[in-house]
Amino acid sequence: MRIVLLGPQRRPTLEGVTRSLGLSGPGLAGPVATITAGWQEREPDDALLVSLLASASGQAVNLALYRRWLDVRDRDPEYRAGELRLAGLLAELQELYLLRLDFALQAVYAVQRRSGAAPAPGDAPAPGDALGEALEAVRELDAAHLRRVNEARLEFFDRLRPHDRPVIAENRAAVSAVLAEAAALVIAGGHVGVLAEVLHLFNVAAALNGAPVVAWSAGAMALTDRIVLFGDRSPQGPGHPEVYGSGLSLLRDVVLLPHARARLLLDDTPRMAVLARRFAPARCVPLEAGTRIDVPADGAWPAGIRTIEAA
Amino acid sequence: MKTLPKLAINRLRERRPLDAAAVDRFLARSGVPIVEGARCTFLYRGEAAEVFLVHRIFGLPDHLPLRRVRGTDLWYVVLELPEGSRVEYQLEVAFADGRRERINDPLNPRLAHSPVGSSSVCYAHGHVIPDWTVPDPEARPGSLVDMVVPSRALRRDCPVTLYLPARFRRDGPGTRYPLLIVHDGGDYLRYAAAQTVLDNLIHRLDVAGLVAAFVYPGDRLTEYANSAAHARFLTAELLPRLEAELPLAGTPSGRCLMGSSFGAVASLSVAYRHPGVYGSLLLQSGSFAFTDIGSDHGGGPVFEPVVRFINRFRAAPRRVADRMFVSCGVYEPLIVRNRSMVPVFEAAGMTVRYVEARDGHSWENWRDRLRDGLSWIFPGPQKYIYE
Repeated sequence: MRIVLLGPQRRPTLEGVTRSLGLSGPGLAGPVATITAGWQEREPDDALLVSLLASASGQAVNLALYRRWLDVRDRDPEYRAGELRLAGLLAELQELYLLRLDFALQAVYAVQRRSGAAPAPGDAPAPGDALGEALEAVRELDAAHLRRVNEARLEFFDRLRPHDRPVIAENRAAVSAVLAEAAALVIAGGHVGVLAEVLHLFNVAAALNGAPVVAWSAGAMALTDRIVLFGDRSPQGPGHPEVYGSGLSLLRDVVLLPHARARLLLDDTPRMAVLARRFAPARCVPLEAGTRIDVPADGAWPAGIRTIEAA
Repeated sequence: MKTLPKLAINRLRERRPLDAAAVDRFLARSGVPIVEGARCTFLYRGEAAEVFLVHRIFGLPDHLPLRRVRGTDLWYVVLELPEGSRVEYQLEVAFADGRRERINDPLNPRLAHSPVGSSSVCYAHGHVIPDWTVPDPEARPGSLVDMVVPSRALRRDCPVTLYLPARFRRDGPGTRYPLLIVHDGGDYLRYAAAQTVLDNLIHRLDVAGLVAAFVYPGDRLTEYANSAAHARFLTAELLPRLEAELPLAGTPSGRCLMGSSFGAVASLSVAYRHPGVYGSLLLQSGSFAFTDIGSDHGGGPVFEPVVRFINRFRAAPRRVADRMFVSCGVYEPLIVRNRSMVPVFEAAGMTVRYVEARDGHSWENWRDRLRDGLSWIFPGPQKYIYE
């Protein structure tokens, strides 16, 4: 399956992308399916997106995953209650993880500052690899957190068995039917947590038919096996990039960073080095306005992709 | 050494002839106070025996005399204010017949308002009024709903104004809002633009969509000075009713008490009397009067119960919440009290975020710290949104 990752679409490049993918003109196999669930209540406000796709397929079908999610919550109170409990558990896990992450990353930065100071002439080199060890502690924390989050979700799905629940099954079938005929799937940005949730709930990965997937910003993040939240320009100052959970895992070993220039302190080289080393061997890839990355069906990343470097 | 440029007032003083017309022209082209780097020139024009700048900047004499520009009826004083300062002041004019008059600066249109009246404001070099404190047409407004909660604890009907955020869903599936209980609610709404601030911060994703309950004191100095009845009203009467009627989180981490001055004391006291109920406190310029030795706290009789409470707290600090946001202006006398309390709160095992501002004991100071506090206590979904 060919995947095209785009940067933010404030100045849309989508039209050119769909044209280049051969999704324009007559004789197209099927409609272009769209997901705008990341926009939440604004999910139906997709007139601009539809107009951009009009020249591509002449027909765009919004999978309405957010509306379907609300429908499930409304009509299946047992699922809704379970989901609330899961949300509480995940929030607690995230809070504890952030508490530990704060101390672990403070240690990394402290060691990094100390290591970065130029040694006085005649000083012996610093013993051991203190920075590497401090970073390893963060990596282990990240991995353990991701494992716990995924286990909690698995346990939730095992217990509530969504495929056996009529309301979910009905919605999954509707989504699957559209995707089976789709010439492409387009996933817009928005709330990455909501996107990941609905993509899992409606089993979108299993319903894909091999047609190209075009995704930007949060939509792109939700395709990866590790969603990392980040923001250095919040009211509280630079925050720690935090592992949130897994997306569809169609893309592996990559951390996607939409709006990196606006959201990250890219000029803070030591900070960016920690980011890159923390998630290696995954590459940290900024998705800026105008970015286009074509990931071929074999999943091999094309050469020359701009990444955040460890040094 | 770099020489500072000559101040506008000094250039005027050197002008010849220095007549009324020259002063007229000077005032016409100057915003008052005249801010030139760190130096702010305060002016008064009129016949008087003496003129004073009256302010409440902790560390400076509260009456600073203005000097008369020779041969004119123009008075001035130059004050150095650090970058970003904001100072409220008035002028006191003493007339030859012995009358004294306290007035806002007639040459300065900028006023700050509070329940006790208005004052003139000097915005020093580098001070910026946050754009999220003024109405943003892009921000969808929340709504205010008045209710009355009959209180057996306080033996009165207690008015409460609820703030419901834009897109509030009373029966939204899976939606649970955090609750912010605000002491001196009417003053926060009127003098600290609380509704505008909440609308904007929620719209900008800095703060989570929340429900706020603005409460109004009866006898404020009694109810807010460590009153068991007030604590019972909030915790056993108001809170259960709100959590029964609204889709609220209903957990400590989803509850915050907020207040300024005596309202901060009330917030701390309510949490102290009901530990484990409120996860967060937002305390602004708390009137945390205490004594280390003896009984002279300088606050007068109304502070007696506060001093007893804070002394008890300091002697045996107790973890009354998980997180506390504490802010104070460096120009208010309470800065010493607040700085002293931070390590006490931390020693009790609470996570404290402490912020100081070059400002005073004022509603605009409290307004301008709300983003720091609320975005820390109830952070918005910004980190999840990638458009």
